[in-house]
Amino acid sequence: MTAPILALKNINKSFGPIDVLHDINLEVRPGEVLCLLGDNGAGKSTLIKILSGVHQPTTGTIELDGKEVTFPAPRVAQEAGISTVHQFGGTFPLMSIGRSFFVGVEPTKGWGPFKIYDRARANAIAVKAVQDMGITRITDGDRLVGGLSGGERQSLAIARAVHFGARVLILDEPTAALGVKQATHVLRIVNEAKRRGLAVIFITHQVMHAMAVGDHFAVLIRGAVAADFRKGEKTREEITDLMAGGASMASLEAEIEGYMATHDGHPPQAVQA
Amino acid sequence: MTSTTASRPVGAKPAQGSNLSLGSLLRRPEAGAFLGLLAVLIFFAAFGGLTFLKPAGMSSWLNVAANLGIIAIPVGLLMIAGELDISVGAMVPFGAMTVAVISGHYGMSIWLGIAVTMAFGVTVGLINGYMVIRTAVPSLIVTLGSLFAVQGIVLGLTVLITKSTSVALTVDGPAKVIFGDFLFGGQLQVMVIWWLVLTAAYVFFIHFSPKGNWIFAMGGDKVSARNAGIPTDRMTIVLFVLSSTSAAFVGMCQAILYNSAQVAGGQSFIFNSIISVVVGGVLLTGGFGSVVGIFFGTITFAIVNQGIYYTDFDRNWSALIIGVLLLLAVLMNNTFRKMALSATTKKKGA
Repeated sequence: MTAPILALKNINKSFGPIDVLHDINLEVRPGEVLCLLGDNGAGKSTLIKILSGVHQPTTGTIELDGKEVTFPAPRVAQEAGISTVHQFGGTFPLMSIGRSFFVGVEPTKGWGPFKIYDRARANAIAVKAVQDMGITRITDGDRLVGGLSGGERQSLAIARAVHFGARVLILDEPTAALGVKQATHVLRIVNEAKRRGLAVIFITHQVMHAMAVGDHFAVLIRGAVAADFRKGEKTREEITDLMAGGASMASLEAEIEGYMATHDGHPPQAVQA
Repeated sequence: MTSTTASRPVGAKPAQGSNLSLGSLLRRPEAGAFLGLLAVLIFFAAFGGLTFLKPAGMSSWLNVAANLGIIAIPVGLLMIAGELDISVGAMVPFGAMTVAVISGHYGMSIWLGIAVTMAFGVTVGLINGYMVIRTAVPSLIVTLGSLFAVQGIVLGLTVLITKSTSVALTVDGPAKVIFGDFLFGGQLQVMVIWWLVLTAAYVFFIHFSPKGNWIFAMGGDKVSARNAGIPTDRMTIVLFVLSSTSAAFVGMCQAILYNSAQVAGGQSFIFNSIISVVVGGVLLTGGFGSVVGIFFGTITFAIVNQGIYYTDFDRNWSALIIGVLLLLAVLMNNTFRKMALSATTKKKGA
């Protein structure tokens, strides 16, 4: 097994008197997807914010390539190769694909004070980056980002992170707002990022999505790692139970199974959401 | 602003429509402004004949457009970046009075007056910018505060120093020619040249230089823009400095042109600049717009403002036309923006 890129050692975080995270120990390796599962309020978001430099841990250390590091600002984490893609992609709806791809690092042509934004090159690179990740429907870099589907926007944001040399990709509920087909697109992109040797931290509360791409799973319950296991060590039912924190979910799962068996494999919408 | 048809991105389907198709032109931010301008031209041509397109008529609305346009563009850029600046309404008389007091009342060099006026413009812009980035107060409120504060300073200091609310100023020589004269002895103000040159500079800065992209990103999503490494705080301050300095510049040039400065006046620039910007297709909440659109919006406003004199209508109706025009322009711009968001998706479906 390769050495971990990023390792969290005994991370604790409290906001004033409220303890949010207790003794978190996690590792991510290149070419591996770590799925961070947990119900709302389990501390997933706080953990991501610590990794991306928005918050600092109260105690505990972060190690990057075996060396202790601190991320006092999002910028520092980004420069270390840790890229966070949020639920809506963090892109600019009214900007073109090419322009939003290169925000802050615009390619230019020309000389001296007359350097101008190289639209053709920006569009070509952006479209190629997205297509290389498997989204072939994006062919025009002049299209506005807001005109893309949710899955395409996610893919664009992921392609951007990969293009600019991310080593650790943190995906914060990338599939939460997406339909089944769109979610599949995003999961395919996650697999592509993994194939390219990135370490991916995939945050979700949809066990199905996690099982489709995950190599390594960690379940957070009330700020602590309740379970840490590798692919194939637990069934979907067991994971769902862990996330819900009790056996009550098992009977519900059985009900859903029964429903799906009689409804062409479609889960009941209200429960799935 | 780039209209190259040859440079299709990699993998583009040849069947795709060219960049200059009617649809893609309509999706540009300035499309609504251009159509609004056409509508206004037709309206006034129908009711007033073509007098307002003859040299005398043209200079009347070009002068209005030039004075307004120099302020409207930086105000529009702030709006694209997600901010507002209404303190320009006080900066115009402030600029006029500063140069009049220094070079008129005290009789010092006009160049000193110009330098101090510009320095005051920069200072107020810096204060506005710092207050907006250091506090969470919306820029509308911050600049509302500085609008009244500057108005108070202008009135208080002018009366204290000159015992009057109107100060005379006589300027000769190059300063008069450069800042406040009529071109070729006609009715066209030299301000029109300043306006055209500044517009060209803004077009380059916003749509061609890479930094223009940053302003759109800031208005689209400030947090993402900052995370992408854009110095959002510095850009915000620069934009506020631009708008207040531009307003002080316009006031200064007016004082040099008319040989006097009044403490009042200038408030009309607040709404007029916002109208020009919004008619010009800038999204009030930021992230979308263009300099050319603001340019068209300013001309449209100026024609409505002046064109009424060339018709049989009572001048009092011009505000009604401007109000209706504003609403129509906003509706049209919304439609075009929706087209911009969705049109290409449909085209790709084939």
